[in-house]
Amino acid sequence: MSNIRVLVAKPGLDGHDRGAKVVARALRDAGFEVIYTGIRLTPEQIAEAALQDDVKVVALSLLSGAHNTLFPKVVELLKEKGLNDVLVIGGGVIPDADIPGLKAAGIAEVFTPGTPTSAIVDFINANVK
Amino acid sequence: MSIETLKAGLAKYHEDVEAKLVKTPERANLEPNRLYTPLDIEGFDYERDLGFPGEYPFTRGVQPTMYRGRFWTMRMYAGFSTAEESNKRYKYLLANGGSGLSCAFDLPTQIGYDSTDPMSEGEVGKVGVAIDSLADMEILFDGIPLDKVSTSMTINAPASVLLCMYIAVAEKQGVSADKLRGTIQNDILKEYAARGTYIFPPKPSMRLITNIFEYCSKNVPLWNTISISGYHIREAGSTASQEIAFTIADGIAYVEAAIKAGMDVDAFAGRLSFFWNAHNNVLEEVAKFRASRRVWAKVMKERFGAKKPKSMMLRVHTQTAGSMLTAQQPNNNIVRVALQTAAAVMGGTQSLHTNSKDEALALPTTESVTIALRTQQIVAYESGLADTIDPLGGSYYVEALTNKIEAEAWEYIKKIDELGGAPEAIAKGYIQKEIQDSAYKWQMDVEKGNRIIVGVNKFQQEEEPPKNLLRVDGSVGKLQAEKIAALKARRDQAKVDETLAALKAGCADESVNLMPLILDAVKAYATEGEICGVMREVFGEYQAHTQL
Repeated sequence: MSNIRVLVAKPGLDGHDRGAKVVARALRDAGFEVIYTGIRLTPEQIAEAALQDDVKVVALSLLSGAHNTLFPKVVELLKEKGLNDVLVIGGGVIPDADIPGLKAAGIAEVFTPGTPTSAIVDFINANVK
Repeated sequence: MSIETLKAGLAKYHEDVEAKLVKTPERANLEPNRLYTPLDIEGFDYERDLGFPGEYPFTRGVQPTMYRGRFWTMRMYAGFSTAEESNKRYKYLLANGGSGLSCAFDLPTQIGYDSTDPMSEGEVGKVGVAIDSLADMEILFDGIPLDKVSTSMTINAPASVLLCMYIAVAEKQGVSADKLRGTIQNDILKEYAARGTYIFPPKPSMRLITNIFEYCSKNVPLWNTISISGYHIREAGSTASQEIAFTIADGIAYVEAAIKAGMDVDAFAGRLSFFWNAHNNVLEEVAKFRASRRVWAKVMKERFGAKKPKSMMLRVHTQTAGSMLTAQQPNNNIVRVALQTAAAVMGGTQSLHTNSKDEALALPTTESVTIALRTQQIVAYESGLADTIDPLGGSYYVEALTNKIEAEAWEYIKKIDELGGAPEAIAKGYIQKEIQDSAYKWQMDVEKGNRIIVGVNKFQQEEEPPKNLLRVDGSVGKLQAEKIAALKARRDQAKVDETLAALKAGCADESVNLMPLILDAVKAYATEGEICGVMREVFGEYQAHTQL
């Protein structure tokens, strides 16, 4: 498991990073190698970081409501860079109604408020390629 | 009862209780003691520790009559989509008993980007209203007399720009700046530490803040020039003691900066205001409010030698804790907010925003905002909590807890002083690390079941996804782009270029107060992105270094 490298990233202008940091730390404590980008990254910067750091998982966090625009954009840019096997997951203040659309756009799973971090760990272990 | 008799009685009480614990055990992980008695506040001195309302050290409140005269300002934070939409919501809130406005701006506005900037993609109108120029601000306050309402604006890095827009709108309404009442958040240090909408590096940011203090003390004397905010520090995961300690440490830094810029402490300190979180633990929150007033009063009197009582008063706006709202069983949030409201009121807040039940899922609908506002009205008119001043003063537990929180806050302030003050402590990542550690501990406590959140880790139930969530139309970005294009076609471009050039020159000269130059650019209808763009060119941008 220790060879699974995860990029925790915050796209867009949202500065709420409590969740992203807690998840990053929980993933690290669970044995993953975690890179946290910090806030306010463009989808392009995130995709580039995923490429440079050779990650298996990209975990996106967004609480501003811009997820429908920015999450799919990250997936698109990852594909453009040939990173087709990277598992992309997302979390934040995301209404249920938006989840099917995000999944169709290539977000493997969306974790909404109240999710225990262990659920994210389990999902990654079960789905990472 | 003598102390000895009390001690003996208490010892016997605990002994008797311990004997019964085998049969009827207490719950695990309880933080407070089993019972509080006069022994927990030994040495308590009414005059020194509490005093009277409106008097040093203001433990019991900053006004002599508190809510017996006037209730707190019921100020609902609102704003989304376009200025037109938000103007409607403001008028609705005022018509329904809201007593002040509170503007939520979208993230591009908060970070000094126009809606058309590539960085703004997907974010326009989402978490607040999109304001690109004075033209939007005129629509936002259309039909709202600015000499009659007080307005709070959650704006930090570009606070100077938005305040100038407000002054300009008022002028068009025939209201002079000396009549304006309201608040800008203008608290950049907590942006670096916890909230994230910074633009410029610390030095020019502090200059902008002291420029505002100075300008307002002469021209907008009733304006609260800063709202030193613990709210976001708490939302980011801090404890109650950390919330007030880190915020007061930020406050100390602002006062030092203004004094260093040549201002007399009593000329500006009376316009400093604070912003607290009303969290779930009711009595701890009440004690926090009380302790914070005592700490600030001592800081201002003893450390800075303030003379005016007004300079020593910690006046505070409060918001209920957004991070404590649950997406599960959202109706339960109404009850949480009611308890948080009770805490803020018993704590003696000057104004309050109550969150809506659906905010763990989306921006609130009109219906849920109305319930949140009614919650305040029920607490004000029906609960009796507002009928006497500092109703928990004298409670053994609350006084002991107030002392404990105060002592913990002083410890942190001392530590931050040793690190060289709040800006240095933030630069070293100390404050961020403390907050992160507390946030992680909270989450692990919830996951291990040491902390129960109803509906999340206990009493869960299957439920349908909630219907009727507010959705911000995706076309707001396009609408704003059209508005900007039309504005640029009709404005006097030469005037814009001239005012922006003057602003740029002013930025490069530290002795210049930038407020009049920003006001000129705003009145020429330069966009917010253009104004902040000029400042970005001269000041550069802050680069955060995040450690886990």
